[in-house]
Amino acid sequence: MKCRKCGEKASINMRQHKLALCREHYLEWLPEQTERAIDHYRMFGRGEKILVAVSGGKDSLALWDILHRLGYDADGLYIDLGIDAGIGYSSKSRALCETFAAERGLTLQVAGVEQEYGASIPEAARRSMRGRRKPCSVCGLVKRHIMNRICRDQGYTALATGHNLDDEAAVLFHNAMTWAGGYLARQAPVLAATRSGLARKVKPFCRIYERETAAYALMSKIEYIYEECPFSEGSSTLYYKDILNRIEEDRPGAKLQFYLSFLQAKEKGLFAPDAAGEAELHDCPQCGQPTSAPEKCTFCRLWERLAPAGTMG
Amino acid sequence: MPAMETATAVTTLLLRGKRFEVRSGSTLRDAIRKIGLSPEAVLAAHDGELITDDRILRPGEEIRLVAVISGG
Repeated sequence: MKCRKCGEKASINMRQHKLALCREHYLEWLPEQTERAIDHYRMFGRGEKILVAVSGGKDSLALWDILHRLGYDADGLYIDLGIDAGIGYSSKSRALCETFAAERGLTLQVAGVEQEYGASIPEAARRSMRGRRKPCSVCGLVKRHIMNRICRDQGYTALATGHNLDDEAAVLFHNAMTWAGGYLARQAPVLAATRSGLARKVKPFCRIYERETAAYALMSKIEYIYEECPFSEGSSTLYYKDILNRIEEDRPGAKLQFYLSFLQAKEKGLFAPDAAGEAELHDCPQCGQPTSAPEKCTFCRLWERLAPAGTMG
Repeated sequence: MPAMETATAVTTLLLRGKRFEVRSGSTLRDAIRKIGLSPEAVLAAHDGELITDDRILRPGEEIRLVAVISGG
């Protein structure tokens, strides 16, 4: 198979676009596609200060690399979750982010959950009873809080995450299976900062296949953590991604069409606003972040109700 | 005259430390399917360079597969 642009041997074939490209042209193509999405969905402009949430994985590091190459003012944020699982998962991924930033002269902020709040994510989940087997919900809660806090305190106007098309399609599939109206109504490439204190969240890779972000990382020689988060085994996300890939095999472009048609349907008003209305937000009296909980936010209550270390199984 | 056995030419696919031996001469895409994977969920590299899945597998060569799907 040959590169459509130069006729050299292709390194990747994207069946959904009927497009094969060599390494050189692919490394131009993906940043162009990313910039198109940034402009199309009005995610952010030049001169804005962007924070990229990086995990050490292929998607977030590829995104940071591309934003840097495109000339955006983008710093990175690594949240050290304290996950070891016998493979030093967090320390390894942190080292990869630090090396990535140092090699490019970029600013990486590091927030250590254990150092700041007194317990790692697995420990907090175990002691809070909020996920003794799987700490994923605690992990999501803590990450959202820290990302928002750093954006707010340090004047970042947008928080960019490496969510790719496969991530978005899997979430959409899951929510459509249960007709989770509230979640469907909120799923979008841009989550606007609805009030002061809640950062704008953007997903510049929302139209890019996961296979393409991985190809970019490999072709750019970005060192990323290849191991999965030890807690993702058996996750519903992997299950839905697998189903969608089986469909994609027979119908190239099915995932992209699924997601883009959803966004178009939303624009045409298919999903009415929740009849109960948006939850009223107020500032948490402890941390000051917006919350819909009656008093303190869920994050502050999580740390308050942690059982003392060593008392839980 | 006894029938002679013909050695089948094989290509090796490597994924996360596992080795899969497949018949050479087929396309990489067919071979990926044959070992139970989705071609949408992996990339393939030979001699450190990514290759497309229409590639005809040659006897004796080793192709490294890279899983691209993560669940976090």
